Amino acid sequence: MAAYFASLNFTNLLGRLPAGVAQGLIWGMMALGVYITFRLLDVADLSVDGTFSTGACVTVMLILKGWNPWAAMAAAAGAGLLAGMVTGLLHTKLGIPAILSGILTQYALYSVNLMILGMKANQAVSVDKYHLAVSGRNVNKAILVGGLVVIVMIIALYFFFGTELGSSVRATGCNQQMSKAQGININAMKVLGLALSNALVAFAGGMAAQYSGFADVNSGRGAIVIGLAAVIIGEVIGSAILGKRMNTAGRFVFVVVGGILYYMVYTIVLWLKIDSNLMKMFTAIIVAVFLAVPYLQGQRTSSFARAARLARSKKEGK
Amino acid sequence: MLSCKEIYKTFNPGTINEKKALCGVSLDLAEGDFVTVIGGNGAGKSTLLNAIAGVWPVDAGSISIGGEDVTGLPDFKRARLIGRVFQDPMTGTAATMQIEENLALAKRRGKSRTLRWGVTRAEREEYKAQLATLNLGLEDRLTTKVGLLSGGQRQALTLLMATLEKPKLLLLDEHTAALDPKTAEKVLEATERIVTEHGLTTLMITHNMKDAIVHGNRLIMMHEGRIIYDVAGEAKQNLRVKDLLLKFEQAAGAEFANDRMMLN
Repeated sequence: MAAYFASLNFTNLLGRLPAGVAQGLIWGMMALGVYITFRLLDVADLSVDGTFSTGACVTVMLILKGWNPWAAMAAAAGAGLLAGMVTGLLHTKLGIPAILSGILTQYALYSVNLMILGMKANQAVSVDKYHLAVSGRNVNKAILVGGLVVIVMIIALYFFFGTELGSSVRATGCNQQMSKAQGININAMKVLGLALSNALVAFAGGMAAQYSGFADVNSGRGAIVIGLAAVIIGEVIGSAILGKRMNTAGRFVFVVVGGILYYMVYTIVLWLKIDSNLMKMFTAIIVAVFLAVPYLQGQRTSSFARAARLARSKKEGK
Repeated sequence: MLSCKEIYKTFNPGTINEKKALCGVSLDLAEGDFVTVIGGNGAGKSTLLNAIAGVWPVDAGSISIGGEDVTGLPDFKRARLIGRVFQDPMTGTAATMQIEENLALAKRRGKSRTLRWGVTRAEREEYKAQLATLNLGLEDRLTTKVGLLSGGQRQALTLLMATLEKPKLLLLDEHTAALDPKTAEKVLEATERIVTEHGLTTLMITHNMKDAIVHGNRLIMMHEGRIIYDVAGEAKQNLRVKDLLLKFEQAAGAEFANDRMMLN
């Protein structure tokens, strides 16, 4: 035990944290996409597991072809947009439940991603040979670039969801019957929301691939859970800090903060020499706990167990 | 303004749950008509309103509003012609959005929604003035989330949203049934005022026979998917609840004993 603690080097942790921030920013972008579907559109969209990898694959292959990294990421976002539309159309035009539509798209994308990578499971892109937007080799630059992109994204999303079109997407996620009565084409809004969300996710996937120096067909596995973790951690922290002053812009910011915090925890877990393969289990537990908190809070003030307890104590009191 | 010709609708056809909800309903409303609709449970009142609103396609027959045939249009496309208020106060508004955002969504009913800003400063003033007419103190709470309002406030807001852009047809589906009597009266007063002020063509379902007689210039009674009684003008003004009960008894026969409770 003593030997274990002696082996932990605090300076080493401080040195690793910036990398956690950089990755957190990139996954925060992804979480913004998850936020759009999960919170605004009220759909748990599982296609993101596939589109994150798609973004990575498209970006890396295009950079290897000599594309500018930003143009490559824009193309990746376009690919994500199309994939999101597929999910949306499966759901709205063919009547497949939203969650299953996402699973089908994600499943199909595995093959698509392999094809994009030329039937290889992964493909490296070296920062020495190619000009990359971000790289794990230069963490400070990654934080700067990632931070700027996140700021631009949040501003763009804030304005979009304040427009007539964005309001219609939010209304669709809130009350479909009301939306239809106000002449909103809810199917179109669902497809739009899913497309936008997956475009962001694919863009983030492209960024993550450059950061790690390779694209992998499995890189997006569990992205939905990490995205949800970021969304939920962000909401809890945000409402703790801002309380009732929490507004739309604040929510977007705290989603990214949630992503950063998630990767801080991840970094600390690795520093504690815990096997990184256990991280998926920890993440699932974190998400389950945070999703359960609002429910359990409600139970505290109103549940059968409480009613029985109160009735008992009143009887004994008499 | 509204013309329904021989509308038929059967739910779950060919199954044990088959329900012939509308059996050849024809109905013509002149501009400015305020028609109240009464009838027992399962008479087809809500089904008729849903058919007109375009919630689902009818099996046969045609519907036109303001001279335009809308039989082939889904509800969101008919929305530019129709204002709707539902029975459940939760249905007509978006709970997680602000009062002004809800109104702004309604203001743009039937227009294409673009990347222009969702709520402009100029319309805020209009909304304030409109909300003030409801007398519920909502004019100072433009940025309050609708989910924080009471059922009556939400229903009044829904009514305002339905009539903000003057619809060719206003459909009220028992919109005061879920409210307490005092609030119900307030919402009904607001309804009467708005409908009269703008001369809106209106179809209002109600379970309250007295309301059905007092409000509007025409009354129709439905039973088993058909309109069995249609009275307008002076004859309607002179109606008494007793007359309606008698009318209903004649049509419904044995089932009447059950429905009588409900109609009262």
